Amino acid sequence: MRHFVIVGVLVVLVAVLTYVGLNSIGLMPVEASAQSVPIDWLWNLDVRVISFLFALIVVPIAYSLIAFRRKKGDTTDAEHIEGNTPLEITWTVVPLIVVLIFAYLGAYTLAEIRVVDPSAAEIKVRAIQWAWSFQYPEGFTSKELHLPVNKQVVLKMESSDVIHSFWVPEFRIKQDVVPGRITEYRVTPILVGSYMVRCAELCGASHAYMQAPVIVSSQADYDAWIASQKALAAAAAQTPAGRGEQLANTIGCRGCHTIDGSKLVGPSWQGLYGSQVTLSDGTTVTANDAYLIESIANPSIKIVKGFETTTAMPKFDLTDAQIQDLVAYLATLK
Amino acid sequence: MKKFFSSALARGLIWQVVGWALGAAFVTLIRILMGLKPLGIFFFTEPAWVFGGLVGAISFLAASGVISDWFKWAKGEETPEHHHDPDGWEKFINVSLDHKVIGIQYTLTALLLLVIGGIFSLIFRTELASSGLQFLTLQWYNTLMSLHGMVMIIGILLGIAGVINYIVPLLIGAQDMAFPRLNAFSYWLAPPAAVLLLSSLALGGFDTGWTGYPPLSARAPVGMQMFFLGVFVAGWSSILGALNTIATVARMRAKGMTAFRMPIFVWAAIATSIIALTATQLIGLSFQMVMFQRLFGMGFFDPAKGGNPILFQHLFWFYSHPAVYVFILPGLGVISELLPVFVRKPLFGYRWIALSSLGIALVGFLVWAHHMYTSGMNEYLSTPFMYSTLLVAVPTGVKFFSWVATIWKGKISSPIPTAFLFVLGGIVVFLMGGLSGPPNATVATDLQLQDTYWIVGHFHDTLFGGYVLPFFAAIYFWFPKATGRRMNETLGRIHFWLMTPSFIVLTLLMMRIGLLGMRRRIADYDAALGFDTYNLVMTISAFLIALSVLVFFINFFRSMKKGEPATGNVWNSRSPEWQVPSPMPAHNYDQPFEVVGEPYDYGLADSVYVRFAKEK
Repeated sequence: MRHFVIVGVLVVLVAVLTYVGLNSIGLMPVEASAQSVPIDWLWNLDVRVISFLFALIVVPIAYSLIAFRRKKGDTTDAEHIEGNTPLEITWTVVPLIVVLIFAYLGAYTLAEIRVVDPSAAEIKVRAIQWAWSFQYPEGFTSKELHLPVNKQVVLKMESSDVIHSFWVPEFRIKQDVVPGRITEYRVTPILVGSYMVRCAELCGASHAYMQAPVIVSSQADYDAWIASQKALAAAAAQTPAGRGEQLANTIGCRGCHTIDGSKLVGPSWQGLYGSQVTLSDGTTVTANDAYLIESIANPSIKIVKGFETTTAMPKFDLTDAQIQDLVAYLATLK
Repeated sequence: MKKFFSSALARGLIWQVVGWALGAAFVTLIRILMGLKPLGIFFFTEPAWVFGGLVGAISFLAASGVISDWFKWAKGEETPEHHHDPDGWEKFINVSLDHKVIGIQYTLTALLLLVIGGIFSLIFRTELASSGLQFLTLQWYNTLMSLHGMVMIIGILLGIAGVINYIVPLLIGAQDMAFPRLNAFSYWLAPPAAVLLLSSLALGGFDTGWTGYPPLSARAPVGMQMFFLGVFVAGWSSILGALNTIATVARMRAKGMTAFRMPIFVWAAIATSIIALTATQLIGLSFQMVMFQRLFGMGFFDPAKGGNPILFQHLFWFYSHPAVYVFILPGLGVISELLPVFVRKPLFGYRWIALSSLGIALVGFLVWAHHMYTSGMNEYLSTPFMYSTLLVAVPTGVKFFSWVATIWKGKISSPIPTAFLFVLGGIVVFLMGGLSGPPNATVATDLQLQDTYWIVGHFHDTLFGGYVLPFFAAIYFWFPKATGRRMNETLGRIHFWLMTPSFIVLTLLMMRIGLLGMRRRIADYDAALGFDTYNLVMTISAFLIALSVLVFFINFFRSMKKGEPATGNVWNSRSPEWQVPSPMPAHNYDQPFEVVGEPYDYGLADSVYVRFAKEK
């Protein structure tokens, strides 16, 4: 009996210390969405149960190792205890009840974070290897996701190629973006700040770098940003190079092609226009309009040396005018 | 050296290469005749590589001689009932029908693959030691990370097959497995499978992780196909081995060995074999479908052709979740088997532990979609899978509580024997894996945890505690049975105390930064996240684990020749294999035994488990 009392006290002590310890280091990032509140509530409950169960198993084992260790010279076996059916039934039924409660709470919390606000604004998200782009109902496309605080938005997400996953750790929610269907991500930001969306589903070579800023701002700041973006888009649409730049950002070219000379999966665009390009078969061509138009329309015909084994560039569904715009944009990147 | 080059292994490997080249050349010839492009960027085209790979694997099997008895039977020739193995080490690289030799072959191959997979992880773990790309390219990072997963998984499957093959016939008093030739065939599928899998390194690698999700896997380089093919062949090994185990236990138990008088490890072996026998087909099938999508343009998972990428995930996880229980159930069986021997008490609640293995196996079939809460599958599916997943905690809890009750008041000798240290380490690490599980099961919390380093920490804990540490315990425990010598205890303790704390630090930090935003399977991370120090500590821990494995190997090979002789019942166990001298003779027990008592009645005076028939 004495042993049980000591172990009981130790279990409680270790459980409390484990929980306090885990809690004090701050396990989760800040709560930046309304959805993160119920998730963290359930998580906290999990941490309590985890701390208790950890103590419940580890303490009696450690105590046994110390208190009942074989004495010197003792060669006899230990006490013959075969089992105890009521005890076995208890530790089957009690955990069963606990997990059923947790499953219920899990479903309840899920329902809470999926609550739909019918007035939620809709933003289209496109994922492509390896970039995000955000299409606003106001008629422009951005490489950053700006959201107003305390308003639910619903992201309608599409993928151009493989499976990606939209994850902002501070929002707590994650949703895959699957080719061939539209998936939904409903979130209500509650904390002004700048975060990052990073792709959470392995999507090929540059997966690690597939990210975009997510900026939560006050309604006034948000409105100002929308207005400025609209103006910028309208101005850019006036020139071929401006339209080309917009297009390059929208369809995700920059996931593979940099404009600063560094090498990703595809050749950099800096200084490309008019330069001499060595192809995989050893021949050299000049990157003039004809070559660039051909390479955008049919990427697999001519492969640049050094890029044979990287992921092949897909064929984009572009009009001739759009390709012309892109070439005009490339010509500006000296 | 001459012995090596005349061995079945060498013949098989040489013919695998020859068969591979011939198969690839055959397809290339047909392509030339049909006017198709004959050569690709890796010399042969993808269809040529795949067909050649298949021909190569079959050539390996034919050349090694593992199927020659079946050919003789087909031709009506007699074959001897027993093959006689040579005495030296060369029996391990030749075809043997003795379950003990096959068990050791499996174990050695498993150790080799675990080392290769471990080296892959050390390479990319070094890359991750600080942010920014150090010395790997993105594609090489992805390839090594993906191969680490699958090489380790196949290493684990072979290790399990090794322990089951060696131990189960001894525990139930059988002379051998039910189908010795099929047993050898199952083992000899593994080397060509490993070669296929590793050949993907030379063929552009692949960047999908071990899960191989399409559409990404439909676009990856040719290496992807070698991965699929390697897994396909290894899957056969697993299925046939499981079939053999079930048949052996069902038909070949000693007199008096009823279901509830079987050693507990046999229950675990049965539970794991039921899963391997019935679920492995699904991973083979799902990979084969992607293979055909790439080769023949069948659009199973291609949305442009009406296919569905999420269908793949259902098929894949229908095996790959239960597979986790294939990995851990034998390990938990080893824990339950060794505990009573070292604490000198009966196994607390034997029947409950036995049935909990089956319970885990059966519930394990109904939980696969918990890997897909964020996949875009219908949300209404999530809730039932949440309930079924959490149910796994119940039989797992029964095991833990019963282990604690077994240890309670147990008389453990000082210093603690290495095998028992690994058992205790296994319990603690598996507990960490188990406790980090339920938050992944409830959908709401999983929306944060899915695809992060938290998950990586969680499953490494389950596999290390549920497989790796018990596997080492099994090796330290049964080494004297196989060799007649003991492994060195001091080196064993160094192995344990280097490995286990380092591993706990490694996985705790994985979980820590996973919650804060570290995604899994990334070659690089943003320095602004502040994860550099954590990652550096994790890399150092990984190298300490590698060092401990080195200590283990030194101990292993040294003890084979110079270990302290131990031919008797070194652990004072009641189990039948320890009632006869070590090492075990070729056909196991000279005299059959009869089961006359309970397996774990330690502390009950004058009780015996088995009684051997009198000498004739």
